[in-house]
Amino acid sequence: MFASINMQALSSPEEDRMIFLSTFAANIPGIPVPQYTHGSMMLSEDALNQYNSIMDFPPFQGVIDKGQKIWETPFKNGSTFADCFDNGGVDIAGKFPLYNEELKQVITFEMALNTCLEQNGEMPMALIDPETMGALSAYARGLSDGMLMEIQVASEAALEKYALGKSFYFRRIGQYNLACASCHLTNGGRYFRDELLSPTIGQAVHFPVFRGGERLYTLQMRYQRCMEAVGAVPFESGSEALNNLEYFHSYLNNGLPLKSAVYRR
Amino acid sequence: MSKKPRQFHLPTFGLMITSLLFSASFSAESLNAESELLPSGRELAHSYDHGNCLACHSAPTDKNAITRANIAPPFVDMKRRFPSKDELFKQIWDARATYPETIMPPFGAHSILSEPEIRRIIDYLYTL
Ligand code: HEC
Ligand code: HEC
Repeated sequence: MFASINMQALSSPEEDRMIFLSTFAANIPGIPVPQYTHGSMMLSEDALNQYNSIMDFPPFQGVIDKGQKIWETPFKNGSTFADCFDNGGVDIAGKFPLYNEELKQVITFEMALNTCLEQNGEMPMALIDPETMGALSAYARGLSDGMLMEIQVASEAALEKYALGKSFYFRRIGQYNLACASCHLTNGGRYFRDELLSPTIGQAVHFPVFRGGERLYTLQMRYQRCMEAVGAVPFESGSEALNNLEYFHSYLNNGLPLKSAVYRR
Repeated sequence: MSKKPRQFHLPTFGLMITSLLFSASFSAESLNAESELLPSGRELAHSYDHGNCLACHSAPTDKNAITRANIAPPFVDMKRRFPSKDELFKQIWDARATYPETIMPPFGAHSILSEPEIRRIIDYLYTL
């Protein structure tokens, strides 16, 4: 009933991705990998139909429009967000998080948006504010819809951060003593009470989500929610621990198409 | 640089604590009255926030056990399969004792449930 998972501490990122993929292929067979973007809905036709009809007229369109306005409004110096990114910000989100060799740290897409603000003499936004960074992220990530996730771990230093994220993913935390892997690797595709657990692969390509159609969660806010659920005090958004976790997590999602923002139950 | 989670919530369970205070200072009669207010083993096993066995286990013979959980073995035929209450107690207190890799939370060892609460849950399991 339980697939045993042998994660070697020293396996390469690509080997890790293969181990995750084969675990899911064994536990929830017959699902084409691109379907994983739909998370647990890939296992429920009803949920997917509901998703599709909500996505036809997303109730959160207003928030994305607000994000577009933030993205397009020039800074006081006349520059815009688009000037900060390659390709004007189109088809770039799938490269984040990336490891910055000079700063020696993992940079998430939201951190890059804040760096852009700071470089242009503007105030950075709070990473957990749905009205500013949330809305901006929802719009700006949408400019990369359809791009395939392509996270790179290209140096020893980058691999170190990846490994830290990986050890977090497997570490038991909180009063309930559960790891991310306990629910989303070992039990991806099974029911936790009445919630179908989404597999790790597919989770990182569609954030932010609007839960219930209205409450915006960035990927790291969702991590925080799961940490609270197991009785652990969550790390802050933008903390090194969550950035490394997002780096590892996103790498496992390589090859899947991005889609922002989406409805979640 | 890998920070350990800074601290864990160890919520104090109001009900449990009041019941201990009461039992220290009240007569046997009022103690009985108080214990009727305590959640039953079944209520604990069904609850979402203080027990929540149904997050992982189903209880197919209990019509009110509403869950789709299929992570752990269903609660069936418990009395026959676990003739020893002590064995059950051990599994619920800290399932790692028999299987270190288990994902079942250590309900007793991590102070999620008290010893009397686990005993009441075992009484409920024996009805299944
Ligand atoms: C006790 C079980 C449990 C643990 C442990 C857990 N989660 Fe979750 N997680 C859930 C449930 C339930 C949901 C909602 C259903 C779903 O989409 O999987 C969820 C949802 C998510 C989602 C959103 C998926 C989507 O498509 O909307 C992400 C991302 C996520 N979890 C990441 C994590 C990470 C990272 C950790 C570890 C820090 C973690 N989870 C630990 C139960 C858990
Ligand atoms: C997060 C998941 C989870 C929760 C919550 C959980 N269990 Fe378990 N339980 C398991 C798993 C998985 C097993 C399978 C054996 C093992 O891994 O220890 C198990 C096994 C058991 C067994 C042995 C059953 C058998 O047929 O071998 C008993 C008894 C049990 N659990 C009781 C409980 C009770 C009582 C609660 C609530 C107070 C509970 N469990 C909550 C995951 C869970």
